[in-house]
Amino acid sequence: MSQPDFSHDGIRTLRGTTFRYLFLLCALLSIATTVAIILTLLVDAVDFFGTVSIVDFLTGTNWAPSHEPVSFGVLPLISGTLTVTIGAAAVALPIGLLTAIYLSEYASERRRAYLKPALEVLAGVPTVVYGYFALVYVTPFLDRFLPIGTFNALSASIMVGIMIIPMVSSISEDAMSAVPDSLRQAGYGLGATKFTVSTTIVVPAALSGIFSSFILALSRAIGETMIVAMAAGQTPQMADLTNPAGMFLDSVQTMTAAMVEIGTGDMVSQGVQYQSLFAVGLTLFVITFAMNLISEFVASRYREVYH
Amino acid sequence: MAAESTGAHSDATFGRISRRKDVAFRLLALGATLVGIVSLALLLANVAVDAVGWLDWGFLTSPPHPFPDQAGFLPAIVGSIAIMLLIALITFPLGVGAAVYLEEYASDGPLTTFIQLNIANLAGVPSVVYGLLGLGLFVGLLDIGYGSVIAAAFTVGLLILPIVIISAQEAIRAVPDSQRQASYGMGATKWQTIRNVVLPRAMPGIMTGTILALGRAIGETAPLIMIAAPTTVFGVPTGLLSKASAMPLQIYNWASYPQQAFQYGVVAAGVVTLLVILLTINSIAIVIRNRFEQST
Repeated sequence: MSQPDFSHDGIRTLRGTTFRYLFLLCALLSIATTVAIILTLLVDAVDFFGTVSIVDFLTGTNWAPSHEPVSFGVLPLISGTLTVTIGAAAVALPIGLLTAIYLSEYASERRRAYLKPALEVLAGVPTVVYGYFALVYVTPFLDRFLPIGTFNALSASIMVGIMIIPMVSSISEDAMSAVPDSLRQAGYGLGATKFTVSTTIVVPAALSGIFSSFILALSRAIGETMIVAMAAGQTPQMADLTNPAGMFLDSVQTMTAAMVEIGTGDMVSQGVQYQSLFAVGLTLFVITFAMNLISEFVASRYREVYH
Repeated sequence: MAAESTGAHSDATFGRISRRKDVAFRLLALGATLVGIVSLALLLANVAVDAVGWLDWGFLTSPPHPFPDQAGFLPAIVGSIAIMLLIALITFPLGVGAAVYLEEYASDGPLTTFIQLNIANLAGVPSVVYGLLGLGLFVGLLDIGYGSVIAAAFTVGLLILPIVIISAQEAIRAVPDSQRQASYGMGATKWQTIRNVVLPRAMPGIMTGTILALGRAIGETAPLIMIAAPTTVFGVPTGLLSKASAMPLQIYNWASYPQQAFQYGVVAAGVVTLLVILLTINSIAIVIRNRFEQST
């Protein structure tokens, strides 16, 4: 009796094991992707640093990959990236945080039910569309009040800021919703208003989640490509610390925009220029990867507090 | 007595001020919530008005043209849809497989934690970096052709894979454990339980997540630029290895034309077309979700 049953079970076990390993392979593909990203970036970046010294790359203040004399100093690109990121942060962090407070503390269930999906639409709009909006609607509008150029960091910052609002608001709101109701009740029991409870109890209690949403949103702003490539222009320049506002009115070039410029050019012919793409890509990857890890780490800490 | 009434008076003032502060803050927070939504609505209204007169049957069925009134979007639309279908074929089995492993097989060990953390991180890698991966790996090392449909699909497919995995995991996690136990109780194996109980129950959620991710894929521009996909092509793609443009690339290209008729007319028509297709895709996802929510 056991003989035919055994072989039947054998096939079943074999099939089960096969699928188990197939699925494991799918999961391991994500690790392979990370490894592939790092290797692809490293291989060409290492070649690049064979020609251009890594010190010159990291400390050089002139980025001119395509016209003689070529120069590969990444600082102007980092400066442009920081300008846009700071501008986007000024738009998205306060608005996103207030939105999260409204959704978590003030809004009725019904209102939340349509405000949340409406906000998520912001993150779903293709970035090339935001870039177009910044270029043809926001810049001409700002031009009525400010001495800005056709390409400027300001309209790009505003658009990147609007795009990342949902990242700040949804993660912050999750963190605020995780604050136990007993803390709020204690505040109301002392006669506090909703404003006091929100700002002195809920926000401080959810601070690590809010902080993590800020870092993640800024990481997105740093990596955002099409908006800055279309609206901020292609003028690599160092920030003038004596005139910080001027940086926003002028055209700047971010790391990502520089990559698009090289990518749309005739890059195959020029070896160093092609490799510089990977050096900038590696710089961008290292910065955003570190920020994503920090955000993940900070977020995982608040989850433990209230469980 | 006098001191008491002053106290009561200042208490009342204090109460009034803090109530006013509360109302002011509530309005401020509501205002902030509406900022993004209202500005997007205004911009969409602008682009819709600009697209009037440009978005017509001729625009949807013609190839690009140097004259704005003859310019069309057809190769870009077909290119985007071809790339998207191929991405669906690549990411759906891989994403579901990874999610099934993580939710049904993996134990809570360091490997699982590592894979999970890694997926979360991949979801945050800038899309332009995926473009470099595509350029170095698919175009450079594997040599499957600059800007080909298949190179584009692999590159953007890897980009949205983490989103597909995460949403599929959520759908699988939502299947009640009692149903798995019932299946095991009937003598089913793990694989039979997954195939006959878990996956059918999770499928609407998995489909919804995958379709939303495909919506994101259709808007990706930077990775396609990096793998040197042409921003303008005049014919529809004929095979996996033929070069194809995509809607966002064509929009990017047209937006750089100096003529007003392009900037405010043709590009607006392209943007509206892209957004309508995106909206259709997202609506399909929502319809699938609602239909299955009602039937269970």
